[in-house]
Order: sequence, then structure tokens, then C-alpha cells
Amino acid sequence: MSDTTTDDSPQTGPVLAADGTPLHRSLARALRRQKLRALMLIAPLLIFIIVTFILPVADMLYRSVENGIVSETLPRTVVALADWDASGDTPPDEAVFAALAADIQIAAEEKTHTKLGSRLNYENPGMSSLFRKSGRQVKRWDLETDGPFMEKFLDIDEDWGDIDVWRTIQTYSPATTSGYYLAAVDMQLGADGPEMRPENERIYLKLFGRTLMMSLAITLSCIALGYPVAWLLANLPMRTSNLLMILVLLPFWTSLLVRTSAWKILLQQQGVINDILVWIGLVSDDARLVMINNQLGTIIAMTHILLPFMILPMYSVMQSINPSYLRAAKSLGATDWTAFWRVYFPQTVPGIGAGSILVFILAIGYYITPALVGGTTGTFISNRIAFHISTSLNWGLAAALGGILLAVVLVFYWAYDKFVGIDNVKLG
Amino acid sequence: MKLTTLAAALSATALTLPAVAEDMTIVSWGGAYQSSQQKAYTEPYAEMKPDFNAIWDESSGEAVAKLRAMDEAGNVTWDLVDVEGPDAVRLCDEGLAIEVDVDEVLAPGDDGSSPTDDFGPSLISECFIPQIVFSTTFGYRTDVEAWGDKKPEDLCAVFDLETFPGKRALQKSPKKNLEWALLCDGVEKDALYDVLDEDGGVERALAKLDTIKDEVVWWSAGAETPQLLADGEVVIGSTYNGRLFSVIEEQDQPVAMLWDYQVFDFDGWVIPAGLTEEREAAVKEFVKYATDTQRLADQAKYISYGPARASSQPLVGKHAELGIEMAPHMPTNPENAQRFLVNNLDWWADNQDDAEAKFQAWLAQ
Repeated sequence: MSDTTTDDSPQTGPVLAADGTPLHRSLARALRRQKLRALMLIAPLLIFIIVTFILPVADMLYRSVENGIVSETLPRTVVALADWDASGDTPPDEAVFAALAADIQIAAEEKTHTKLGSRLNYENPGMSSLFRKSGRQVKRWDLETDGPFMEKFLDIDEDWGDIDVWRTIQTYSPATTSGYYLAAVDMQLGADGPEMRPENERIYLKLFGRTLMMSLAITLSCIALGYPVAWLLANLPMRTSNLLMILVLLPFWTSLLVRTSAWKILLQQQGVINDILVWIGLVSDDARLVMINNQLGTIIAMTHILLPFMILPMYSVMQSINPSYLRAAKSLGATDWTAFWRVYFPQTVPGIGAGSILVFILAIGYYITPALVGGTTGTFISNRIAFHISTSLNWGLAAALGGILLAVVLVFYWAYDKFVGIDNVKLG
Repeated sequence: MKLTTLAAALSATALTLPAVAEDMTIVSWGGAYQSSQQKAYTEPYAEMKPDFNAIWDESSGEAVAKLRAMDEAGNVTWDLVDVEGPDAVRLCDEGLAIEVDVDEVLAPGDDGSSPTDDFGPSLISECFIPQIVFSTTFGYRTDVEAWGDKKPEDLCAVFDLETFPGKRALQKSPKKNLEWALLCDGVEKDALYDVLDEDGGVERALAKLDTIKDEVVWWSAGAETPQLLADGEVVIGSTYNGRLFSVIEEQDQPVAMLWDYQVFDFDGWVIPAGLTEEREAAVKEFVKYATDTQRLADQAKYISYGPARASSQPLVGKHAELGIEMAPHMPTNPENAQRFLVNNLDWWADNQDDAEAKFQAWLAQ
């Protein structure tokens, strides 16, 4: 704060407050106090959001590039390996192997060598058992007298003479890596920089595309099914609409797993719907419809599960629309359709927008329902994220996939803001 | 004076309190399996030691991820965790479970054999304390009209769509499926992992699976196949043998077992790293009791999984409620185990990610 900037009347001297301090200073103090009070009021919420949301997301994003484990577990080897020429076809020299022996001996004491093995195994299959096997042997070596170590390592496993093993260690020795993000878009760090993975191992780009397309399809079918229901809710007499509201909310309160399993029983080939179709003769017994364990199953089940998130914001927006607008349009000569399309519909767009954002963002991160009813063609990227978190333990890759998903959602949000306007969203 | 006595009394209670209530958090799978452990292990143990109090947590399915998270947070709240063999190997690799010298920690067998000999091939990792042998095997419906009088007799019936038309249920994972596919593609059992190691080995197995891909329903939870079989949604499907036992014997469905080339897996305890000495000692004492010959045999009264100790086998009796002889339902029963597989865990530790990527890409085609 400077004393002179607001002093616009130099002839009469600074304006003073009642206690004799310059007015702008005492005003600033009062404002600051006010801001501080406001900050303290929101502080609990702010701290809560930082601790439970911002920090975990930041930690996850950090994990997707973090790669300290190689240089921490093999500090000497990483230094010794720095000068090795990875483009040649000779393995590194004895100095590197001696450094490796020293590193693995310490790592095996601390039981970190297998951890490193699992990490490098993501990049080069076989490293896991290589480190496990080597740790057991190297533990018993005497570093002073047992050299030279190159041959001893080759005795444990000839893979230590494999250029690719050393190339992997060298490539992944920096403390940060782009490897996880590359893997998340079906690429890998090859000898000459990033390259596509072999055709038969590409999966993530396809899954990202599928997740987006299916989330869009689910959002659209929620709009199609939810709009009339929301209209009924907003326009029926109170009694009936309350009853209808309960019918909308009941499934909303039912467990997700129960609803998903119910769809399984309804949609499967020996299920209720197929049985009825066969019984009334619409479908022959040996040509029962396949409605589950594919994309259709996922779209049906998830549309049902997410429908309330679409209906509720639409309903509350429609409720606030004055019915006299429609009457006015008609009295001015509009047909039913024109009155709806030109007068009523534009006023419901904020509700559709809010519902669509809710449904789309929820859909894009769903994984239980697609896992249960999606079969092979109806699973989402989130199923792979869950797999890497809980089964393969490749948290770096899971974080990278999650990071990309987050970016995609933000891009969609930005595009929505640009074309529809985020101020144009109303939850009620 | 009075105050000091009170303070002394208080501090004495404070000192003895932790020893009085010996809480132990045990992590298992829930369901029938967990209740078999409660009946066979913790209930008799609590009778012997009134202070002992078991707190159960049904998180074994996510045990590896949760243990890693606890370890990173520096607050391990579990004392004993029930996991499958491959998870034990990984927990051991990650340094999340402690190594256990079985001869020192566990009881010798009733027949006097050392734990190492008694547990034999089930000791798959330095951190693993085996309890049971279970298997992943096939069940089929016995009332399929299209099959005529024929019944599946060997594994390759799964791949034979002409003789045995209908949907199949397979696990949505490359493990086991690749091995089965290769066996039915003419590969000898002993050569399986050599073939998988070759360039194009995994692709060969996937090509075999491709012949039935259109007819496969993929499951990810063990309970799915029993439901699919019971509803007639599939005619043949793989799952854990205990699940099939309950469909056949407890729910009386028209389903039969196909034991050919069942894949054995082990399930057992691991002790998390980072416990205090006191807690670790208490856990080891419990584990010694819970894995002795009699206790492992007792568990088979409640669930059709075979005890991991050789010395427990002769003691396996009748089912506690159904009253049927359990031995013929054990995967380890010689009649059932004429041909079987054991996953090569080293190969899978190395190639899991690679095979998984290829498998998923193949599925998504």
C-alpha cells in the first residue's frame, strides 16, 4: 500500500478519518479485517477441500511422473551407467557391474530390490524375476574379494548381458519420467524416443474413445428419457407429481449394485425380457436377443442409474418457467410445436445443461456398472484404472490414465463454457 | 496418601489394559469362506484364550492395494491378512509382508513331519503361510438338450463348439485361460511356459481362445459363473471349486463338475510388515495354532477347499451341516486330481502386464 496513490487533493491535504489517520488507510484496514473475517468463516471448508481433494489430486498427478525409485535403489549403478552408450550392442563394463553388486547388496538388505524389479517389469517383462533372483545371490557375495562381477551376474541370469535390460535401467534412471503418460496413450520409450506400442498391445486410446462416446450416448438417452418425465413432474397437479417424484427418487435411493444386478436378470438371454418376447412369439427361442455383456447393456443400465441426475435439475428449471409465456405464444398464433420449440424449450436449456454436465461427468468415471454388465465391448477406461490401482499395482500408470481423464473432463467443461456458457447452467 | 494409591492403581490398570483385551484385526474374504475360518480357527482359539478378540475385515480382494496405502501412510492397522498365492508373492516383493521361517513359526505336523515337508509345494513365497488348496475348474449343466447323450469328459470340451454348443463362462483375465487354450492346442503340460515364453506364444493361445470368443461370457467375480449356470445363461463355465460345490450340493442345481486340468491355487496368511513386536508375536502365536494339522482339517468341514498340509488330509471328515463326506469334493482328492495344473508364479510375475495388455487388446477387438 502506498500513501500517495489515492491522494488526489494535494492542495487541501489528505482526507482524515475521525481518529486522525488518513481515510484511505483506515478504510483499507477495515476492508482487510473484513476480508480476514470472511476468510476465517470459509476456512474450515477451504482446509477440508484442500486436504481431501486438492492435495490428493496433486499427489496423484505427481505420481504419474514420479520415478525416483531407480536412482534411489541403484545410486552407484545409475552414475556408472551414465556414460554407457545405449545405442551400441555391447553391455556395460565391469565398473557398472561392480556398482550394481554394491547397490543390489544394500537393496536386498532393505528388501527394496524386488520393488524396483516390479517397477522396471512394467517397462520390460522379465525384470521382476531377474531382480528377485539376483537379490538372493548377491546378498551372499563379498564385495571386496568376489570380483569381477560381470561373469557372476551372467551366471545368475544371462539376461544381465541383454542390452535391453541395461537400456531400460538407463532410460528410467531420471527422477521423473514421461513413461506412464506414454503408456497411457499406447506408446513407449524406445531406443530412439517415443514410439507406438505393438498393434496387439494397444488398448487405452480405444478405451478413452469408447468411454467418451458411450458417456455421450448415455447423456443423450438421459435427455431423451428425462425431458418428458421432468415436464410431467413440473406440469401435473401437485398430488400426482409428488407420487411421480417418489417413483423417480426411489431407484435413486436403491443400492447401485442391486439396480445393476436387476438389469442383469432382466436383460440376459434367459432373462425376463427375452422370456416374454419368446412367449408372445416376437422372437424365436434360438434367436434370443443379446442385450447384456455388451455396449447396449452398459448404456441401458447406466442410463437408468443416472436418470435422476438429469431429471432433477430439468424439473427444477421447468418449474420456474411461467406457464403464461406458452399461453401468450399460442394466443399470438404459434402452433403447439412453435410455442414449444421457440418459447418453452430455450428456457429449459439451463436445466438440460446442468443435467448433461452432471450425467456426463458421472458417466465418464463409472466403473462398477460397466464391469458387471459391459462384457468386453462395454467397459470403460475407469475399469482399467481400477485394475491398475488394485490388481497390477501400477499406480503410476493409473495416475497417468486418471490425469488424462481429468484433462478430458476439463476440456469438455471449457468447450461447454465456450459454446453454451457456464452461467447458463441452473440446478434450480 | 489416598491420591497416590489411586494414581498407582490407575497406572497399573493403564499398564495392564493392552494385555487384557488382545484385539487382532484379521482380513479375509467374507462369505462362507470367512465363516469357515471363524468356526475352525478363531472360535476355538478364543475359547482357549478368553482375552483374544478377533476383528474381521472383509478386504482381502483389495488387500494388496490397501496394504500398500497403509504402508505409505505409515499406519498398518491389520494384523493378519488372508490372500491368494500370487498376491502373497507380490506383497513379499513389495516388502509389505514379513518373511516367515515356517519351521520356526509353525507347528510340526501331527505325523511328526516338519512344516516344510508337510506344506510341501504350497510354500510358494518366503512370506506365505498356506491354509488351503483351491482350484479353478469347470462346471457344466447336465440337462443340455443339444448335447444329446454326450457329457464333457475333458478340458477340451470347452473348446469344442460342435459337440458341446452353447455359451461358456471364462474369467476375464489371461491367467489360466492361456494355459488351458494351449493345452487344447496340442501343447504338452510340461512345455506350457516354454511355449508362452516364445515369440508368438501368447498370441497362439489367444488364437485358440478366438475360436470360441463369440460364445464366451467373461466373468470377474467368482459368484457370476454359479448364477450363469443356474440360470442356464451358460452351459459350461469356470469358477472356484467351492462355488460349484455350493451350486451342486447346497442348491441342488443340475450342474456337474469337470475336474480335468483344474488349476490349483493356494490361499493363506501373510503378516504385514511394520507391526510392533508385541503384535507380531501375538499374530505368530495365533497363526501357529490356526495352521496346525487339526485346524486345517477342521476347516474342510465347512467348505470344500483342501487343507494345505499333507498330514491334514486323512482327518478330513463330513460336512458340518449337510453331513456328506467331504473328501470326494476336495480338489486334492486323487480321483479329481488325475490331471491338474499349477500356475508358474514366476512366469506370471514377469509377464502378467504384457499378457494382460495383449489379452485386453484382444478382448476389445
